[in-house]
Amino acid sequence: MSKEEAELLEVMTGKHFVTGNIAVAEGSLAAGCKFFGGYPITPSSEIAEHMARRLPQINGHFVQFEDEIASIASILGASWGGSKSMTATSGPGYSLMVENIGLGMMTETPCVIVNVQRGGPSTGLPTLVGQQDVMQTKWGSHGDYEPIVISPSTVQESFDLVISAFNFSEQYRLPVTFLMDETIGHMSEKLVIPAKEKIKIVNRKKPTVPPEEYLPYKAGKDLVPLMAIAGDGYRVMMTGLTHDERGYPEISAEAQEKNVRRINDKIRKNKKKIIKTEEYKLDDADIALISFGTSARAAKGSVNRARKKGIKVGLLRLITVWPFPDERIDLLADQVKKIIVPEINYGQITREIERSSHGKTEVKGIFKLGGAIHTPEEILKEIEKGK
Amino acid sequence: MVEEKIELIESHEHPLDGYLRKGRIPHIFCPGCSLGSITTVIVDAILAAGLDPKKVAVVSGIGCTGRISGYLNFDSFHTTHGRAIPFAIGLGITDPERKVIVISGDGDLFAIGGNHFIHAARRNADITVICVNNFNYGMTGGQVGPTSYIGQFQTTAPYGAVEEPFNLPDLATSCGAVYVARWTALDVRRMKDSLVEALSKKGFSFVEVLGSCPTTYGRRNQLAEGKMILEFYKDHTELQHGADTREVGIEKDGPLIVGKFVDIEGRPTLTDHLLDLQKRGRASVSKE
Repeated sequence: MSKEEAELLEVMTGKHFVTGNIAVAEGSLAAGCKFFGGYPITPSSEIAEHMARRLPQINGHFVQFEDEIASIASILGASWGGSKSMTATSGPGYSLMVENIGLGMMTETPCVIVNVQRGGPSTGLPTLVGQQDVMQTKWGSHGDYEPIVISPSTVQESFDLVISAFNFSEQYRLPVTFLMDETIGHMSEKLVIPAKEKIKIVNRKKPTVPPEEYLPYKAGKDLVPLMAIAGDGYRVMMTGLTHDERGYPEISAEAQEKNVRRINDKIRKNKKKIIKTEEYKLDDADIALISFGTSARAAKGSVNRARKKGIKVGLLRLITVWPFPDERIDLLADQVKKIIVPEINYGQITREIERSSHGKTEVKGIFKLGGAIHTPEEILKEIEKGK
Repeated sequence: MVEEKIELIESHEHPLDGYLRKGRIPHIFCPGCSLGSITTVIVDAILAAGLDPKKVAVVSGIGCTGRISGYLNFDSFHTTHGRAIPFAIGLGITDPERKVIVISGDGDLFAIGGNHFIHAARRNADITVICVNNFNYGMTGGQVGPTSYIGQFQTTAPYGAVEEPFNLPDLATSCGAVYVARWTALDVRRMKDSLVEALSKKGFSFVEVLGSCPTTYGRRNQLAEGKMILEFYKDHTELQHGADTREVGIEKDGPLIVGKFVDIEGRPTLTDHLLDLQKRGRASVSKE
């Protein structure tokens, strides 16, 4: 098989009927992923299994490591070697990965971590749905950092949006979490994979100056430094210690201020370009639902049911969960008399919505603690209370 | 006062110029620490092995030894505690021509990172692991570690260490390493020759270097100066190439068995396997 033929296999253009886990694997390949380091865990294992079969076909590599800690470390290493890289896991594995997610944030290493959520804490509900890792994806590792977290609601989005996840990781140089859940991971839907040339791919920007002029952590206007990789001749200097523009460790408040402020600001100041939401029948709504992932599907169903009853309700669906769309929610709080938040946890984005709506409207969470998804009727009941 | 005129011969060049990051010198290592001279030996060995500097990457974990990577002017990666090996495997896989060297300490590689070490040896990952064993956690102030010998005093072993230490060459050997050697910081020539062999080897090679750490180990164990530790090594070292690694464990009063213990050929490496899997993957598509 020639190189061209291998490239053709990266994008399985056509119509498919597959699960979210298969879609996210195919989306990653279409995004250019060439290395997967992982460890089996329910309900994400099909992603690893699919990548184990598919990556060798397209001259990529799959390695099953001894644990999730090694898996995330390996994908950081592969990224510095120039490969787009990823891992996939669920809550317990994500817990083990957060330390090296912090390393990835500090060293500005592009990679993608798929978390197919199940019920927790601890071993929890291995085979059943949960949305309890939202805050962990924001705050999991110690220190200040601003993550990008994307949450699909359909199988098609599992494909489309994981490409965005890779693109963001390359553009802004950070590990991006792709926050799925067991329901999306395991349900089958139609997936349409476009032609390769229709898929927009972003690659990290590399330095072109002579090595002696290259400052690996000096950033331009977008606050994202150019990334030399191992073997480019730039003699990469990478450390998890606080560092200066040369990449040299510098243990001082001044260096910390510059370094950590920039790695946060590169996301904060670009958040308008990153945040993605879907608005459904919100224009005239006086009740808003806010949800994401699987829960947003039931929420949409309840909007349709309520509209038939003449209730003016709409849905704001978070596609990027982080950065959080504070400003949109602030505006929404001026418009509606009640915000209802169905989520499969005990109130994670609900509190974030309370914070960003500044007490201007009532915020009511509908919580399921894992193991089952909301029905549209359950949400409808809450909508009817508020009309 | 008699003014003595001394003529200094000033040289602005050092044989290792270009291989050290000059802006980072002086280093942070304590007086009497062997990490400076070990760094020199490692660079000498990289050059003597004829490796293309552009194709050399150095990966470290956390700790005193973990700081070596940052002084070397190769692609260098200072990662998290214990995780240098899996990072190095991922880095190495992206280019089979790249020589990836892991340099780290005993606590980093064998306590917090022990699981990664044994699995990397088992899968015969294409990396060279150099462990500087200083018998304690130096960076954090001298706590007992997985290589502390019974009876050794450290801040968290105020009554003496009681647990059996790891015998590192035997651990590496039993997990499948294709090259295993041990030297003391005093054996600079043998260490260099051995590192050249290890670096030239495909697969998982392991070299243990017994370092001198007067500040946090020696002071508490009647070896308060670096020189005293090296003298102890001089008096207690026995060179035994090919020794049965089961017999090279370290006890308080020695002897310290050094030498090349393992050097085997023919064991397929992780890279071999991965390239073979690509062949199988491509063949599976052709069949479809």
